[in-house]
Parts: sequence; structure tokens; C-alpha cells
Amino acid sequence: MSATDATGTRNPDTLAGLSGRSSAGAPARRPRRQRRMKELLLAFGLLLPSVVIFGVFVFYPLVRQIYLSFFVTPPFPNQPKHYAGFSQIQQVLSSHDFLNSLWVTLLFVLFTVPTGLILGLLLAVLAHQRLAGIRFFRTVFSSTVATSVAVASVIFFTLLNPQIGLLSYWFGQQGQLSVLDDPRWALIAVSAVTVWQNLGLAFIIMSAGLQAVPDDLLEASKIDGARAWARMRHVILPMLSPTLFFAIVVGTILSLEAFGQIDILTAGGPLQHTNVLVYAIYDQVFNQNNDGRAAVMTVALFLITLIFTLGQIKLLERRVTYER
Amino acid sequence: MARIALEEVTKRFGDVFAVRDVTLEIEDKEFLVLVGPSGCGKSTVLRLIAGLESPTNGTIRIGDREVNDVEPQDRDVAMVFQSYALYPQMTARRNIEFPLKNRGIPKAERESQVRAVADILELTEVLDRRPAQMSGGQRQRVALARAIVRRPDAFLMDEPLSNLDAKLRTQTRTELIELQRRLATTVVYVTHDQVEGMTMGHRVAVMDKGVIQQVARPVEIYHHPANLFVAGFIGNPPMNTVAGSPNDRWGDLVIETASGAIPLPLEQQEAVRQSGATAVVVGVRPEHVALNPEGPIRASVAVVEGLGYESHVVCRLQDNQQVIIRLPADAAVPRDGDNVRLTADPARLHLFDAATGQRIC
Amino acid sequence: MNAEVMVGWTVGALAPGFRSFLWIASGLIVLGVGLLLASRRGRPAYRRRAALIGRYLLLIILAMIVLFPIYITVVDSLLRSDQVVSRPPILFPLHPQWSSYSTAWTQGHLGRYLLNSFIVTTVIVAGELVTSIAAAYAFAFLHFPFKRTLFILFLATMMVPLEVTFLTNLSTVVSLGWYNTYLGLTVPFLATGFGAFLLRQSFLGLPRDLRDAAKLDSAGHWQFLRHVVLPIARPSVAALGIFSFFGAFGQYLWPLIVTKDDRLRTVQIGLKFLTNSQLNNFNVIFAGTVLAALPLFVLLILFEKQLVRGLTAGAVKG
Repeated sequence: MSATDATGTRNPDTLAGLSGRSSAGAPARRPRRQRRMKELLLAFGLLLPSVVIFGVFVFYPLVRQIYLSFFVTPPFPNQPKHYAGFSQIQQVLSSHDFLNSLWVTLLFVLFTVPTGLILGLLLAVLAHQRLAGIRFFRTVFSSTVATSVAVASVIFFTLLNPQIGLLSYWFGQQGQLSVLDDPRWALIAVSAVTVWQNLGLAFIIMSAGLQAVPDDLLEASKIDGARAWARMRHVILPMLSPTLFFAIVVGTILSLEAFGQIDILTAGGPLQHTNVLVYAIYDQVFNQNNDGRAAVMTVALFLITLIFTLGQIKLLERRVTYER
Repeated sequence: MARIALEEVTKRFGDVFAVRDVTLEIEDKEFLVLVGPSGCGKSTVLRLIAGLESPTNGTIRIGDREVNDVEPQDRDVAMVFQSYALYPQMTARRNIEFPLKNRGIPKAERESQVRAVADILELTEVLDRRPAQMSGGQRQRVALARAIVRRPDAFLMDEPLSNLDAKLRTQTRTELIELQRRLATTVVYVTHDQVEGMTMGHRVAVMDKGVIQQVARPVEIYHHPANLFVAGFIGNPPMNTVAGSPNDRWGDLVIETASGAIPLPLEQQEAVRQSGATAVVVGVRPEHVALNPEGPIRASVAVVEGLGYESHVVCRLQDNQQVIIRLPADAAVPRDGDNVRLTADPARLHLFDAATGQRIC
Repeated sequence: MNAEVMVGWTVGALAPGFRSFLWIASGLIVLGVGLLLASRRGRPAYRRRAALIGRYLLLIILAMIVLFPIYITVVDSLLRSDQVVSRPPILFPLHPQWSSYSTAWTQGHLGRYLLNSFIVTTVIVAGELVTSIAAAYAFAFLHFPFKRTLFILFLATMMVPLEVTFLTNLSTVVSLGWYNTYLGLTVPFLATGFGAFLLRQSFLGLPRDLRDAAKLDSAGHWQFLRHVVLPIARPSVAALGIFSFFGAFGQYLWPLIVTKDDRLRTVQIGLKFLTNSQLNNFNVIFAGTVLAALPLFVLLILFEKQLVRGLTAGAVKG
């Protein structure tokens, strides 16, 4: 076989046909500046949609709400807002309602975050053993991740119905005040529902963190004579610390934003005992039509979230032990 | 024409000079091996030729046209990576045809090209497997096939054998040499293994610290290393080096060392005198050193390594410098601790200026 | 919390059936723990068995507690109205009544609500994936000025949740004429800083050699993305998709304030309205709840592994 056939096209079945020069003409020479420009345009195009959406729906609102904080909303709808400077901010921040919401929110975080983590960890440790059928339990423990806030809240709202709810019956409160209407228990009840709903997620995260704990480390500690609790303290918890850190930070952020369960279960009551910040803001906007006050509170919420997150990162990151 | 030329090419990364003033010419159809220790800049040179890096200074030409501003895909070179860089989610077939597909080559022609290359490299059975399902040797051949199928002007290979086990390495080395001879295409081959350098290339370019130390045929490099670095890098066991200083003794220039005076042939004496060097390093390959009770150098035997086909006698000189002697298998070997005297074939001495490392003669 | 309340919750006030259950449960827990403790001494064979039983007991009790609300929801959804409120409670539907489901679907409009949820969720997930892949590609593979600043900006959006911005976003949406429309429900969520972050990390993990090889193989950006990057990054993309789905499907605040009638309500809001409209027909409410939860359950079962991988990618490595 010759390297080229009758028509002169290269014959690929011979080696000679396989090698040899390709017939490229003068190659495209594009100076570096032109290439950079092309890349810049491409990057611009790829980022544009995200940037536009962020601009309109994340950054602009933030700025505008700070701006709105300075304006008092008039009692009647068609009157213009009037500028009040810092006085509205001051008034809102020192108002009883705001402070109450702040307090309730902090309590809520306190009730839900540590509890959720500990329970999630407990379940994860229990389900981490090599037992027959453990996969069934793992699925059960993670099942609440499929319940949304609304689903979980509706379930418990119904179960806690004072007249005919099942849980009301069991707790002997049938016919009396529902636990959700009891100022002393309402927040705890809402917290419990939240913890239950988040259990699946906490379990999954803790389980994954546990899996990252190297077995040989655990075995070495067993050989060294460490009992279960000591193993937990000295091996598992340190190895788990990145996961715990992540869970605490993210969990706090999420609990500061809680809304759905409040809306369905208690609507902020009874007597504002479950009036977390987000609900209070919602209330100001839709029930009291006071955008000015609401704006102040949203900015406050944002700052609080920021402070919490940065504070946690500052304080806790030192105590996290990363890869050995 | 597929000559590759680098003209005073420099590549800087921040304050670090990866490649410094490199001028290199690679002929068409030549197999050039670029060899040197880790970090010497050889991979950077390859990437500069490929267009994956841009030179800070200097010009690169492929086939007489300047390619400094030409994108890698337009330079008509193909590269075989050390890690093979096979697309893990594609079968071998799709890996090999990928470059053709991207250039818009129609399906029928693509298929025949892939088949042809697979035939040459004996990959036909594994064409529909993924990289994870192939052995190291097969993966390497797929990487090679992907490069060959593009019919490039030149092949650039970055340590393609280093991920193979020793036996496969030797075998593939021979296959690669044969392949290049058959394809008759320019190859620039980067490796840190000096054996590959010596056996595979038409010419060898030795690099260190971003600078080319010497470019020549393997024989030339072996017998006439241009400086101390090349002398020490090529050859296994490495060339013996003994430090000393020239001394005029009754009209005869000798090299005084702590362990004795090494006599020099006349031409070398002249060269040393003319170089004006006050400290020199004498180099001599292990196979050119002999044990001789009347030799000028005093040493004691540290270890004798018997390899079966030959022996290596490791001797220590008075000032703790080391000399290795290669003896044929049937020669008489001394024992550990023996005091011996060494001599060398005067025609086989290499002299280097201790200050610059450069060869004197 | 005073003593009366505590006392009110103790044995005397509890319903008899529940009381017995509590006794049994506590007994089993004590038994389980006791077995575990006892498993430290005694003959090895007994120890092992004791430990085993103890472990299983604990697991079973905890599983029951966790599962109970879901269980009772499903059970009650299959009972008649009067059965649901009968006391002591019926814990297993011997003659399942499926009518509550049809009631919830039609009268309770749950069919419409689910449809809305699906449309909105699908659009949001698709949008998030597209914008995240695009942004991640730019951040991982392209060179342009201010890259780091822009990336930090993207990350910063994670700190500004909807709960903080909804006030202005509502008026924005209204002034765009998107109030009570699918646009209003979806557009604000079509981009996500988290998605860009997750995928950027994943793209950066691509071996550098592959990028070089693709360049030499004349692969343009699109070919590179399609044939090399996405196949390798598929687990992360899938995880993001699932994660987004869960998030979008479970949204509550925004659909609540942006929709005003049944045509557009998503299932989460619809559920709330169901409780108002069905009042004491618990079986219908529970049927609606099951319907609302079903899509996520199905997703969980199908994609548990990917979901776990996605959720923990950030968590475990910190």
C-alpha cells in the first residue's frame, strides 16, 4: 500500500500515511491582548446572570432597607414618609417589642441548636455500629430530612390541637389550654418541633463526620485502654470538630431565620412569647403596615446574624483540629 | 518542516527563573532528550514549546514560524503527559478521537484514524474500556495514540515512562524508540532518568537550574562532558571526581591531591596552564580506574559491592573523597579495609576548573 | 414553669394508654441500658448477647420516637373523621379509607398546589444549576481582574438570607408586575452563592493536566465543559441539584407573601390553608400533609447517597 491513494488523500492504514505534516496554513496568531479580552468577555457573560440577580435581590434590598430605616412610615397609606434620622432606629431598637423579639430569638437559638446537635450526634453514634439491619435505623433517623418546615409544623399543630389532638390527649391536657397557647411552654414546644424536623439533617451530617474518624485511631485508643467516654472525648470529638464547627455555624444561621414553624404553630403568640425576629418583621409589614420599623428590624437581624457568625468563627475555629 | 527552535528563551515565575536564556535547536525528525534533575526547568521548556506557558523573553519557532502568540491547539504539536491526562469518563476510543472531533473531522474518517492508530499500538481490544479499567501500560499507549492520531509536527513527551514499573519501563522504552523511527517525527522527550537520555535520543540536552548545560550526542556527552554537572549527572555509577590543585614539578604539571599527585599528558598540561585555574577537579569514570600497586593515588577500600556481572570497589582517599572502581566479574577484588593504590588511563582523564565547573580538557 | 405544671404532667394527668406506654418504654430503656452495662462483666457469650440486645432495644425505642409523628400522620390519613378523634386512639388502620386523599386533592386543592410547587421548584433548580455552573467555570478556569473580590461577593450573598431582604424584594416584585406570578416566585432564586462556591471547589479539583490536554486537543470552552468537566464533576452537580430541590420545595416565607390566591400557591402554603379550611377533618389534613411530603420522601429514598455526599462535602472538610 502506498502512503497516499490514487486521489492523493493520505492513506491512514500505513504508518507513513499516519505521520507526516498536516496541511495547516498560517496559524491564527492572536496577540495576547486580544486573547485576554476574549476571556474577559466570556467571564463577564458567565457571571452576569448571577451578578444581576444578586444585585437586585440581595445587595440592593440591603442598602435600601438601611435607607428605609431612617424614614418613618406614616399611619395613613397615601402620605409620604418623613425623614426621622436616627430617632426611629433608636426608638425601635429600644422598644419593648423589639427587645422581646430579640430575647425570644436568642432563646430559640439556644433551645434548638445545641439540642439538635447533641441529639444528632447521639443518634449518629448509636447508628454507627456494625449491627445487622443498621441501615434500616439509619434511614429512619434521617427520614425527617424529607419533612419540610410546613409539613412538620402542620403535623404537630394538629397533634397538639387542644380539643382533639393526640398529643394533647396523651399529655392529659385535653380540653384545656394547648401547650402552644401556654406562654410558659409555647417556645419550648416550637423548639421541640424544630429540633425534630432538623433531626434528619443533623443525623446525616454527624454520621458523615463520624465516618471521617479514622478507624485505626479508634482502635489504637481501644488498645490503649480508653473506655467509651474517654474515646468520645479524646478521639471522636476532636476528629469531629470540623463537622461540629460547621454544624454550629450553619445551624445558628438557620435558626435565626426561622419563620414557618412560628407562623403555623403560634403566629408569634401567645402574648409574643414566640415572636422571633423574622416573625416580628413579617408582622410589622403585613399586619401593622409599618415599613420603617420593619426595615430597622431587618437590618438589625442581618447585623445580628453577621455578629453571631463572625463571633463563632473567631471563637471556635481555634478549637477545631483539622487533618492530623 | 518541523524544526523547533528556542532563541534565548527565559521564563520567570515571580522572582524565580524557571528557564534562563535557553537557546536550543531541534532538527526535523530528531529525537531530542531533555534530561536533568527535578526542578531544573525541563518540563517548563516543554510547556513553552507546547504553548501552555508564554515566555517572559525570547522567541520560539516551530517550523520556521514564530509561535509566541499562537495558541497551543494551533501549534500542531501533541503532548503526552506524565499522568497521561486521559479523560476518565471517556472510553479509550473517545479519548483518542477527541482531538479529531474538536477539529470537526467527519465521523467516518475519525473512526478509520482511530482504528489505524489502535492497530499500531495494539489497543484494539481495549478501545471500549475506560481508563480505570486499563493497566498502566495500556493507559500510556492510549495517551500516545491520542497524540499520534493528530499527526502533529512534533511530539512532546513529559516523563511518559515514570509511572510504569521497572520491567514495563524498559520494554516500553524500546517500543518508543522504534515508534519514533517508524513515524519519523520530531520528538522532544523530557526525563530525569539519565539511562533514558543516553539510550533514546539522537541528541541529549542536559539542564540544570533553568540553564542548558550541554547539548550533544549521547556518546559525546558521556566522553566529553562540558562541565562538572554533566559529568556527574550522566553515567551510573557517576564519574569519580577528585579535587586538587595544579603544581609545576620540574617542568611537569601534575595535579596535587591529598592522596597523591596525578600526572597529566602533555596536551592537558598545556591546557591547564593556559586556563590559569588554581584549583581543579579531576574526573575519571569508574571503568577507567584500576588498582595498581605502583599507582600515584593512595586509598583504602571501604566496601566491595558484588553485582554478579561486575564488582564495584568503593575506595576512600586520604581526605575522605570517594572513588568507585568498576571491575569485571572475574577480576581479583580486594577486601574491605585493604590499603591500595589507584591509577587511571591518562587519556581518560577529564579536568574541570573547580571555580567555574567548566571543562578544561 | 412552676410546680403545678410539672405536677400536671406527671402520672396523674396522663392519659391511661399513654401512661402504660411510658412505663413500658422506660422499662425497656432501663433494660437496654442495664444490659449494656451488664455486658461489661460475665461470660463472654452472655456479654455479647446482652450487649446486642441492649443496643437493639435502644435503637428501636429511639426509632419509634423519631418515627412516631410521621407514622401517626400516615395512619390517621387513612382513617375516617370520627375514627381519628376516637379515644383511646386507633394506632393502625384496619380498614384504610382513601377518601381523605381525594378530598385533599380536589377540595383541598392539593393537586394544584403540588403542580405549582413542581413548576416553581424545577425552574429554580434549573436556574441555580445553570448559573452556578457558569459562575464556577468562570472562577475556576478563566482569568479576569477582581476575581477574588467577586468571589467574596458571591460568598457574601450566603450571609444575606431572604428573611432579611424580603421587605424590599416584595416591593421590587410588585413593581415589576410579578406579584402572584411564577416569575415572582422563581426569579429571585435563580442564582446562588452556595452553588457557585460548591461547584468552584469541585471544578478546581480537576487535575491540571486534563485542562492542558484539552487545550492541546483543540477543545473550546464549551467542549471542555461538556465533555471533560461536567462528567467528572457530576457528583457535586447532582448534590447541588438535590440540595436545591429540597430548599426550593420547602420554601415558606416567600411563597406566602408573593402569592395571593389558590392558582399560584405552593404546597407548603397550601398546607397551611388546608388546616384552616378543613378545620377538624384531621384525616384530610394529614392526607394533605402526606401528599406534600411525598415528593421529598421519594427523592430521599432515590438519592440518599448523593444527598449525604452533597450535604457533607462542606461539613466534613470544614
